[in-house]
Amino acid sequence: MSSTTELLKGAAELFPGEVVTQAHVRHLDLPSGAGRFALITLDNGLDHTKPTTFGPQSLANLDAAIDQVEKEASEGTITGVGITGKPFIFAVGADLKGVELLGRHEDALAIGKGGHDVFRRLSGLAVPTFAYYNGAAMGGGVEVGLHCAYRTVSTAIPAFSLPEVFLGLVPGWGGCALLPNLIGADRAVSVIIENSLNQNRQLKGKQVFELGIADAIFEGADFLEQSLIWTAAVLKGELAVERPAIDRGDAWDAAVARGRAIADSKVHGAAPAAYRALDIIAAAKDGDLSAGFDAEDQALADLIMGGELRSGIYAFNLVQKRAKRPVGAPDKNLARPVTKVGVVGAGLMASQLALLFLRRLEVPVVLTDIDQERVDKGVGYVHAEIEKLLGKGRINQDKANRLKGLVSGVLDKAEGFADADFIIEAVFEEIGVKQQVFAEVEAVAPAHAILATNTSSLSVTEMASKLKNPERVVGFHFFNPVAILPLLEIVRGEQTDDASLATAFGVARKLKKTAVLVKDAPAFVVNRILTRFMGEIQNVIDEGTPVEVAEKAIEPLGLPMSPLVLLELVGPAIGLHVSETLNRAFPERFTVSQNLAAVVKAGKRGFYVYDSGAPVLDPEVAALLKQGDTVLTEEQTRDRVLDAVAQEIGLMLDEGVVAEAQDIDLCLITGAGWPFHLGGITPYLDREGVSQRVNGKPFLAQGVASVPA
Amino acid sequence: MPRTIRDVVFVDGVRTPFGKAGPKGIYHETRADDLVVKAIRELLRRNPDLDPAKIDEVAIAATTQIGDQGLTLGRTAGILAGLPQSVPGYSIDRMCAGALTAVTATAGSIAFGAYDVVVAGGVEHMGRHPMGEGVDPNPRFVSEKLVDESALFMGMTAENLHDRYPSITKQRADEYAVRSQEKAAKAYANGKIQQDLVPVSVRRTNAEAGETGWGLVTADEPMRPGTTMESLAGLKTPFRAHGRVTAGNAAGLNDGATASLLAAEDVARELGLPVKMRLVSYAFAGVEPEVMGYGPIPATEKALSKAGLSISDIGLFEINEAFAVQVLAFLEHYGIADDDARVNQYGGAIAYGHPLASSGVRLMTQLARQFEEQPEVRYGLTTMCVGFGMGATVIWENPNFDGGNK
Repeated sequence: MSSTTELLKGAAELFPGEVVTQAHVRHLDLPSGAGRFALITLDNGLDHTKPTTFGPQSLANLDAAIDQVEKEASEGTITGVGITGKPFIFAVGADLKGVELLGRHEDALAIGKGGHDVFRRLSGLAVPTFAYYNGAAMGGGVEVGLHCAYRTVSTAIPAFSLPEVFLGLVPGWGGCALLPNLIGADRAVSVIIENSLNQNRQLKGKQVFELGIADAIFEGADFLEQSLIWTAAVLKGELAVERPAIDRGDAWDAAVARGRAIADSKVHGAAPAAYRALDIIAAAKDGDLSAGFDAEDQALADLIMGGELRSGIYAFNLVQKRAKRPVGAPDKNLARPVTKVGVVGAGLMASQLALLFLRRLEVPVVLTDIDQERVDKGVGYVHAEIEKLLGKGRINQDKANRLKGLVSGVLDKAEGFADADFIIEAVFEEIGVKQQVFAEVEAVAPAHAILATNTSSLSVTEMASKLKNPERVVGFHFFNPVAILPLLEIVRGEQTDDASLATAFGVARKLKKTAVLVKDAPAFVVNRILTRFMGEIQNVIDEGTPVEVAEKAIEPLGLPMSPLVLLELVGPAIGLHVSETLNRAFPERFTVSQNLAAVVKAGKRGFYVYDSGAPVLDPEVAALLKQGDTVLTEEQTRDRVLDAVAQEIGLMLDEGVVAEAQDIDLCLITGAGWPFHLGGITPYLDREGVSQRVNGKPFLAQGVASVPA
Repeated sequence: MPRTIRDVVFVDGVRTPFGKAGPKGIYHETRADDLVVKAIRELLRRNPDLDPAKIDEVAIAATTQIGDQGLTLGRTAGILAGLPQSVPGYSIDRMCAGALTAVTATAGSIAFGAYDVVVAGGVEHMGRHPMGEGVDPNPRFVSEKLVDESALFMGMTAENLHDRYPSITKQRADEYAVRSQEKAAKAYANGKIQQDLVPVSVRRTNAEAGETGWGLVTADEPMRPGTTMESLAGLKTPFRAHGRVTAGNAAGLNDGATASLLAAEDVARELGLPVKMRLVSYAFAGVEPEVMGYGPIPATEKALSKAGLSISDIGLFEINEAFAVQVLAFLEHYGIADDDARVNQYGGAIAYGHPLASSGVRLMTQLARQFEEQPEVRYGLTTMCVGFGMGATVIWENPNFDGGNK
């Protein structure tokens, strides 16, 4: 038994639940007499909805297949070896479920080494090797092909990436060392670092070819046939594969530097994966692949044993799985059909909602407002947005005609809402106004119609309290920009019934939003946490810590933007309003910053000026600030802010605002853009000991978003 | 409006390798529509001068138009092959003469001026769609004795044809079959066939059928080179006890697809497309369904008569070998020797297989190659028998004809 076999056998014992990929070896005669060829097909025996992955047994299967073709190659009975995937899927890399189970550094090292040991055998065969990327290829799937001498790619592949850095890993089965040596460091940095950190951007077949990862590209309809015909031509020497020379000079260093700048701008040093990958890319400049592979093994093992990866996988599972099956949502069969939507208000938010409902539901959408001018403006906005979509080619003329025909605006609610099934209000955030609007709507709308509110901080229960049918009121809280942020907090009022809630979840699914069920509690989830978070920073500033210190204190978290920049984006006035609401609900924890009030009163829309390109505290704002004389360090500030966040989340879970800490994290990732490497926030608070310090216990059990015990 | 009949030419023809139908056949896990798509794409690749948008019609034949052979295959295969959406398509059924009818129907429309360039072909995946799948014959056929009960069973009609021609013995049929296999093997050895085959990737997940994973089909699966009289002698006669028709002297049950490109001759010349054959005439004829193998004779009579030709003008024959007896009956009728060198020079369906509605274009593709090699020949014909008692014949002129000393 070879050492690789033993290594993989040991790893397989740790992962009994592996969905095992077979590596079928089939022989064929190449066209035009190019000889007998062995083609390996990676196939887990399931359909394309269950993509092929590599766990230890799968690697052992590939190893055995390579045993066979190695023998045939050395005996001279085959002229080449190819590798491809089942229909629509090449292979999507390591099985993350297996990675989650690893609890010891040496086991993690074994996985990295096991993959390398198997894959690199392909480049050592006595005959040329070819990878045919027929379908989705990610991570280890891409890497197994990189070990081959030649590659072809299908125009039809929907996704091709090295997503490891996105998750908190490095491409560790050869990707970091091989890719820059194939396509140059700059392009490798784009694939490994830039795309990963850009919400895991995927490449299409054409880009894979243009980047030089594949030597030839063929259309999906007869991709494998054309790849094999091409292979025959290469083997017969009729076709020379030319690749541009790699610049191993300053360009290589510049590329790595570019990668570091991208990583800094995205994770601010807070997550190690990108930097580890860049170190290996930098070292790969000398072309020493063995050293590169060893470095990959070490990096993989370190990262697998680190919290950022576990948080990353946890976050990935939240977004990929939990988001699709909202916890606590009623039976979807209870949902009523929604064939017409009403929108109360025709302001910017209301118009954005109208556009979203229109595009996703493709049912009539009626806007109402208090005067014709506002109504016309709202409908005009929607028409203009449809025109933009048409101009960009996102929709065709027929679709544009259809959508325009579906949107209308009326002054008379009775006329607009008499046959609506779902009516959402986006009027001024004032409980009396909202109650008045719902009363008017109830008077004219059908009895079954859902009355939804986009309130960000008011009580849904109170809003429904004066209605005849309060059971049909739900909170439907979107996040700005509505078209981009996936989160939708669905709020169940005290009297909301299951059918109404199920209908709301059904609509959310059609809107392609990540719906999270939230109790009717002040400011729900995201705004409550963000307000506590920013309120604590504001407190620290108000008490005397310089703005720069307070802002810098938060940088190590790697949030998408600094707290004050976020406040600018939200708008200081709205931030103030939410803090006032929460202050009324929880005066002991939520303060209303007098400095913020002053900024709002002065009509400032932000704290910074950007004349120099970088944000500089606006002197006019600086002049407004009245600070105390308590000056905290960055570390003290950070502790205080994180303690506050941990306390607030602990209280929210005690109150039952959401079912579990997982929902808090899902909300923060999809509604506030908090990063994967933090796992939202609770894995980070657990990891850093904040949860223990503040609440006396972690939010998540060991192994959920951390290395298992 | 004044009209001129235009000459129609056969520009090019390709096919997939043919497979054996059934769970162990090479195409068992391959869709029929995909076979058509591969053939159409190969046709376009081989004729890069043709802008696909100039194709006016895609006519694809299949006998059993169900599932992956249904849904108006000419249209769906066109889209799947990547033809522009502006190119229309339709499906055709005349059982075994499907592809041949796709050619004549579109050719007629080209002559009329409705089309300039067309794709015509056919497919039959007899593994996925066994003969008789979903049929529901009207009970009047039997109750009113409109046809004999044997009419729906092709092997029985072949036995019936032996009855009509008592001089065509099993011995002669077997000898014919052995020659067909020999000629096919020779054609392969000389590379005559492979040049018009498109390789097809095939997946296999059933280990009982052979190595699993993706493979590539580059040659016809049904061929049995080295077939001898002895090896044929012992085969069963499944259609009649002590009968004459065996699996050895008939075409098998097969999977495969063909596609051809036809054009008005002036358009082909203008676009720089090859002109491999010129259409002279075509005809279909009906006979008693229980001796459907007789069909090629009256069909050929009609086609010759329309062309003003006689059988002696025909220098090359491509006769579909559904059954050896059906070819021999044709030859006997015209007084042509069983081993006449003009007939099925590359062998026939007994060796290559006969995926029903696809075969017509195979005959044409092979005739076109023979025309290239034999400029002394002016006319050739392609003919086949058709289920339910029909025959189909197309007469072609060799554009390479050198004035000849024939």
